[in-house]
Amino acid sequence: MITPEWAAAAPTLVLGVTALVLFAFDSIDPESSNNPVLAGIAVVGSLAAMGVSVAYLVAGVGDPAVELYGGQLVVDGMALFFQVIFTSVTALVALASYDYLEDMRHQAEYYILLLLAATGMSLMAAAGSLAVGFVALELASLPSYGLVAFLKQNRGSAEAGLKYFLIGALSSAVFAYGISLVYAVSGSLLIDAVAGSVRNAGQPGVLGVGVLMVLGGFAFKTASVPFHFWAPEAYEGAPAPISAFLSSASKAAGFALAFRVMTVAFPIEGVVGAVDWVLAVQVLAVVTMTLGNFAAATQENVKRMLAYSSVGHAGYVLIGLAALTGTGDGGLVLGAGMIHLLVYGFMNTGAFLFIALAEYWGVGRTFADYNGLARRAPLACVAMTVFMFSLAGLPVGGGFVSKYYLFAGAVNAGVWWLALVGAVNSALSLFYYSRVVKAMWIEEPAEGVDVSSYPSTLYAAVITAAVVTVVLLPALGLFSGFAFDAAAAVLF
Amino acid sequence: MLELLVGVCLLGAFVTFALPDEYASEAALGISLVPLAVSLYMYAVFDGVGNALLGGDPSFETQYAWLTLGRYDVTWHMGLDGISMPLVVLATLLTTLAILASWTPIDERQSQFYGLMLFMEASLVGVFGALDFLVWFVFWEAVLVPMYFLIGVWGGARRKYAAIKFFVYTNIASIVMFIGFFGLVFGLGDSIASLDLPAIAQALRAGELGGLGLLSASQVATLAFVAMFLGFAVKVPVVPFHTWLPDAHVEAPTPASVMLAGVLLKMGTYALLRYNFTMLPGIAQSLAVPIALLGVISIVYGALLALAQSDLKRIVAYSSVSSMGYVTLGLVAYTMYGTGGATFQMVAHGLISGLLFACVGVVYNTTHTRMVGDMSGLADRMPVTVGAFVAGGFAYMGLPLMAGFAGEFFVFVGTFGADFAGAPVFTSVGMFGIVIVAGYLLWSMQATLFGPFESATDYEVSPAAVHDVVPLLVLVVFIVALGTLPYDLAFDAILDATEPVLPTAGEVAATFGGGSP
Repeated sequence: MITPEWAAAAPTLVLGVTALVLFAFDSIDPESSNNPVLAGIAVVGSLAAMGVSVAYLVAGVGDPAVELYGGQLVVDGMALFFQVIFTSVTALVALASYDYLEDMRHQAEYYILLLLAATGMSLMAAAGSLAVGFVALELASLPSYGLVAFLKQNRGSAEAGLKYFLIGALSSAVFAYGISLVYAVSGSLLIDAVAGSVRNAGQPGVLGVGVLMVLGGFAFKTASVPFHFWAPEAYEGAPAPISAFLSSASKAAGFALAFRVMTVAFPIEGVVGAVDWVLAVQVLAVVTMTLGNFAAATQENVKRMLAYSSVGHAGYVLIGLAALTGTGDGGLVLGAGMIHLLVYGFMNTGAFLFIALAEYWGVGRTFADYNGLARRAPLACVAMTVFMFSLAGLPVGGGFVSKYYLFAGAVNAGVWWLALVGAVNSALSLFYYSRVVKAMWIEEPAEGVDVSSYPSTLYAAVITAAVVTVVLLPALGLFSGFAFDAAAAVLF
Repeated sequence: MLELLVGVCLLGAFVTFALPDEYASEAALGISLVPLAVSLYMYAVFDGVGNALLGGDPSFETQYAWLTLGRYDVTWHMGLDGISMPLVVLATLLTTLAILASWTPIDERQSQFYGLMLFMEASLVGVFGALDFLVWFVFWEAVLVPMYFLIGVWGGARRKYAAIKFFVYTNIASIVMFIGFFGLVFGLGDSIASLDLPAIAQALRAGELGGLGLLSASQVATLAFVAMFLGFAVKVPVVPFHTWLPDAHVEAPTPASVMLAGVLLKMGTYALLRYNFTMLPGIAQSLAVPIALLGVISIVYGALLALAQSDLKRIVAYSSVSSMGYVTLGLVAYTMYGTGGATFQMVAHGLISGLLFACVGVVYNTTHTRMVGDMSGLADRMPVTVGAFVAGGFAYMGLPLMAGFAGEFFVFVGTFGADFAGAPVFTSVGMFGIVIVAGYLLWSMQATLFGPFESATDYEVSPAAVHDVVPLLVLVVFIVALGTLPYDLAFDAILDATEPVLPTAGEVAATFGGGSP
């Protein structure tokens, strides 16, 4: 517990206030060229939010859960754990953006949109009602559309932004309609109250359609099949730090809301008469990881490969929901999904920030363009090697342990075939991740690539992400308890 | 102590990686002397008793909590017994010597090369020291990464193909093994609460394994045994899973070959001993004939393949396949001398094959050719190198008072008296392999080292530098010492640790042995 109670929402408030400070700064001095201040405010604000959420998590503020505004906001262990993910990704992205945005206009708007999106994500993790969840999702999405199209002189960026916006608008509509159907059956928008009234609700057909539509909204936000096809375009066209932000933090935010809504509002034993959403998620998980992996294996463009790999990882995390079969300990798999998102937040953000570094240098976009990069920038390439191997699940980073958690949790829940599909996919993924490593270290350097400068904040962000990824391998055991406890608290 | 060993290697790897190329080779040598000294000190004060997996008391044991997942605790559990202690010394010794042997051939990206060598040393020590499955698996996989780069960056003309082939083969093998092992873990059900290898091994030998789904307990055991055997057989390698090895060896830079043949192959036989033969003796005995057959095929076919080569490095590479066949044969015998001798042979072969690869490397550095027909009469020009080469060759052929003789002798004694059907026949055929070894080694040494000097390449052939021959002489000293005093230096400790592996009748039945042999 914490007094005053509203202080429990401090991580979200700090992010929102930081965005407002940036607004104020921009309105006082709209043509400012003082970019270090803009980036500095963004980094400090997100680090402060991260510090608060870590401190709350350690101090046990979310246990028991703090309910604000009549249950519209719920601050529990799960919300705080996800806020740690969002804020750390935001800090890394803001740090890296300082160099990436060098000499570009409208930088204040960039950081404002970034912080507003982070605020929305933080709210999504703490949403206690479907209405707040929807508003928070929009707050996270709308700035993201703008950020994807930030390079507005660049056709790819503008096209990606438009495509992202159109599919996003459609899926928002689907999501809102799903919420209205659920409301029609249950008569409430509060997640807790929905759970109580769906158990013996009439009109199971309406409820079933509603649940599936809500699930579709989550599939969009997490870039899962069948609403994944915006992801490759958006990630490829967007500025690389924004690709990092979307594929790590935005995906985690989608899962944060999905984990809470699906497990609390629609407990499987309560809605099984209407819809067996666990079965649906199992199918989605298998299709998502397989499709993401095979599509990634056929790419020639590194950023696009990472985009599809991000789809594949959404499939792994879906195991966290798909293995809630009632047998075994559900808290283990759900917690494992949260842990994988934490590790993924660092290794995937780092990988996209390395792409940002390559774009900064003017290196091309295909695997062949990365040939021999290690001779010019060995330190950054070591970091990228760590990211690639950790994403593939080799034990050089935390990705090995979080995948182990996920697959072991799935077997524990009796869906061993889900773990098997995941393990096989994970093994196959080594093929395309190692292509990047091979190009950087083994191939002869390509002509005409000139690595003349070493942008300090981009480097700092990449190295920080790599160090955290490696440290998470031995140290994950220290943090995993928070995730397992938080997941168990949500489930019961 | 073990943590110190791993930590020094890892730290040294990072330091070396960050150093400029000019100082990397000297720095790496200096750093690698620390783990060597530490491991020799550990060897001197070693006081382990029995088998670490079967209720023995390993030396330098440490255990800390790492992860927990539901029922299974994962702990950082390390310790050395009579099986792993000599292998740790082998790994640290060969790393230092391989680093020294790299001074001449490695002339670009030195800091990266030496950093990877030290990283590999850390992983190898971890593989031999780990007593928890997940910790062991982390190190087992981590060994692949530096080797992939060592072959891929500093290798010969077809290095990219060889590196990716090595990586893919061994990685797929790891997954097959991983699935097999977890079959056992799940089959054990509630009788274990952790992934601790001693706990799992003891539960298996006590017959706690249950069925899994539609499979009965004995089917689970058989499938897991086969999966783990396949996984490790690639690493050993056992014919017909050996095809990655010649490619990897031929393309790898010589120091990497020394490590690959000297230590990495031993990971496979070490794992076979620790997992298949320690945990499921019953299944191993009921499958003894096919396994012994694979071992003998490896011995004879590997030797015949070696006979057909004219590249010195290929000859040594295929002869490794042959020598590792003895280890397989000795393990499956399940007699005191068979299992102990196989473990001894791992160490002996590590030293001998390391020596031969290092010799081939020195010859290549000087003549820039490895083909038997391209040179002759090197003895006049490079007397010390040729002397070491001949010593290594005779050690391979099993000259008494050298390590190879002791290893092979123990294995043959042990296998001859083994219980499985046709053991004497397998042993006799295996012994015939030595005749082939003698044939091709004598032939290739005769052709290249002796007779009038000739060289097909235009390089000046003169005695190798001191830092090139020091590793050769050190290895010869170790080989002779181990051959002269096998019991005192290693075999007593090995026997102490391998004897508990030999199953009692009850343990054979508990692990689904097929009744009478």
